[in-house]
Amino acid sequence: MPGFKTHSGSAAVLDRNHVDTDQIIPKQFLKKIDKAGYGEYLFFDWRYHSDGTENKDFELNSKETKEATILVTGKNFGCGSSREHAPWALKDYGFQVIIAESFADIFFNNCVKNGILPIRLSKGEIQNLQSENSETLIRTLRVDLEKQLVESETGEVFHFEFDPYWKKMLLNGWDEISVTLQQEALIKKYEDERIVN
Amino acid sequence: MSKTIIDKLWDRHIVVEEENKPDLLYIDLHLIHEVTSPQAFAGLREKNRTVRRPDLCFATMDHNIPTVDRFNIKDETSRLQVQTLEKNCEEFGIQLEGLNSEQQGIVHVIGPELGLTLPGKTIVCGDSHTSTHGAFGALSFGIGTSEVEHVLATQTLWQNKPKQMNVKIEGELGFGVTAKDVILWFIAKYGTNVGTGYIIEFSGSTVRNFSMEERMTLCNMSIEAGAKASVVSPDEVTFSYISGKRYAPKNQEFLESCKRWSELASDENARFDQRIEIDASEIEPMVTWGTTPSMCLPISGMIPAEENSSSIEEKQSLRNALHYMGFRGHEQIEDISVQHVFIGSCTNSRLSDLIQASKVVEGRKVHPEVRAIVVPGSQTVKKEAEILGLHQIFLDAGFEWRESGCSMCLGMNDDIVPEGERCASTSNRNFAGRQGKGARTHLVSPIMAAAAALKGKFTDVRSILPKTEQEVDHYAGV
Ligand code: SF4
Repeated sequence: MPGFKTHSGSAAVLDRNHVDTDQIIPKQFLKKIDKAGYGEYLFFDWRYHSDGTENKDFELNSKETKEATILVTGKNFGCGSSREHAPWALKDYGFQVIIAESFADIFFNNCVKNGILPIRLSKGEIQNLQSENSETLIRTLRVDLEKQLVESETGEVFHFEFDPYWKKMLLNGWDEISVTLQQEALIKKYEDERIVN
Repeated sequence: MSKTIIDKLWDRHIVVEEENKPDLLYIDLHLIHEVTSPQAFAGLREKNRTVRRPDLCFATMDHNIPTVDRFNIKDETSRLQVQTLEKNCEEFGIQLEGLNSEQQGIVHVIGPELGLTLPGKTIVCGDSHTSTHGAFGALSFGIGTSEVEHVLATQTLWQNKPKQMNVKIEGELGFGVTAKDVILWFIAKYGTNVGTGYIIEFSGSTVRNFSMEERMTLCNMSIEAGAKASVVSPDEVTFSYISGKRYAPKNQEFLESCKRWSELASDENARFDQRIEIDASEIEPMVTWGTTPSMCLPISGMIPAEENSSSIEEKQSLRNALHYMGFRGHEQIEDISVQHVFIGSCTNSRLSDLIQASKVVEGRKVHPEVRAIVVPGSQTVKKEAEILGLHQIFLDAGFEWRESGCSMCLGMNDDIVPEGERCASTSNRNFAGRQGKGARTHLVSPIMAAAAALKGKFTDVRSILPKTEQEVDHYAGV
């Protein structure tokens, strides 16, 4: 996986709380056995009507928001199932950064492991990122993982917290399994010496 | 220093501990199913890696299999997923309880009933309801597919230790109130993210008096409160459940294990980051009316209307939920009619759930406008229920008696609720589209689901349950 250092792009605003994994990718699309091509199913039930036509009212369906590479949303994003198909779909669709007030735990981990940067900002900070021109689009945002900063087009700069270990993994794009396998000797030792449960 | 059960479980599994780094935890049991594993095995193959401890892995198929004519998977992609699991397990030497196995069932039902789930273990599965196994005093949590691959390759996971919360439930539950109502009530009161960033220990006299199956229902839904995991300290109830289970330790080894397991309980004065106390007598039979498990009311309740909400934000989510569920607000829960009833899922498909529901149903008939199904959690549950004659009670009443699997809990197979129709469901998620596009899910306990099946609408099950003392006793035993 390539490392994640900085990213600039436009952001689509999905002003909703508790967006669950069943909305991000409905279960009928979980039957594939590979990781590719889930982008077309992202937010499927919101993007399309039952007859398959596009839902023009959905926030992400405007010409401009379709180009967005950053998603800005509310509280408890990604709650529900552990399906990694959710970040696969977000990534395949083109999102590289998700800014939310809070994330569900498993989803947060799943993002990091797929090279998507999940950023927690407060509601006030998120509102300050938005311009007055559009409720659903922020034209330019710049995200810097090294410095842990988000900069808006209006010149606002916000710091975000990020776990130092996962930061290193993301910055370098390291394969976590390779990193762990370097601890092989210690794993073996644990297995040999462990107290039985 | 006093330690909580969570501290003890955590500390015993640390393989690597360094400053400014998550801990590397050893995993004792890795449960696997068909939906979240194929990409993990593919990842191993791609990098030429192997499964480190196939003996600590255990696989089944549950999410996508049919519950009628189970060997005939019509959907091609589902069939491929099931075949892929078979192939992967064979190639990497992992035990699989497939469709033709007498031990097949929902992963969180069979782990405990086979004696794989044991106190003191770390247990993971690519499924969020892995929290269920915490009922035994195991540290168990759901993981994504990348982590499934990581565990397969290394038998470990990097984890930051979450905060700890003690939820103490004291007192006696009212007649007709179940473990399902307790967890629904908890989420209704404290919200779907009260547990985010925490592991919960459930304690108190109510929990101590729960059977293992009730404790599993409680822990199962702690993920709906946002918790990373939940645990109950093991005790005699735990040990007697485990005793004699297929893969559990036997004889002297069992006795020694019990001794070690009893040491896991939280020490007195152990420190929690947060404490919540609940009075069990306040809890009533609950019904969800909206699209998150926290949108939930006692059976006597009335659905809120937009004008009652204080903030704009709340108004918006209320409006969306009401719209999706086809309500205007101010409807009485008892006036909501249902077209489907589903008794099943890893929350409520164990033998005691079916026994309880059967007692409500016995000698009565399902409402003519309701389609009701019972889906036992595993082949073992199904067989035991049939020995007790439960299937006949359900069939006589007009229920369908199905094969084991996840079924209508998430509708990945053919068991879905049609658009706009309502289902009283004993499962755990009422998200929009969960049981089918446009399907309207109402989460309830098995006895409340049974009552709804009979009446065609939500009904206070206490008005159906027999009232004489003798009969009350009859229910208390289940
Ligand atoms: S029964 Fe439902 S919640 Fe449980 S494992 Fe199956 S799909 Fe998940």
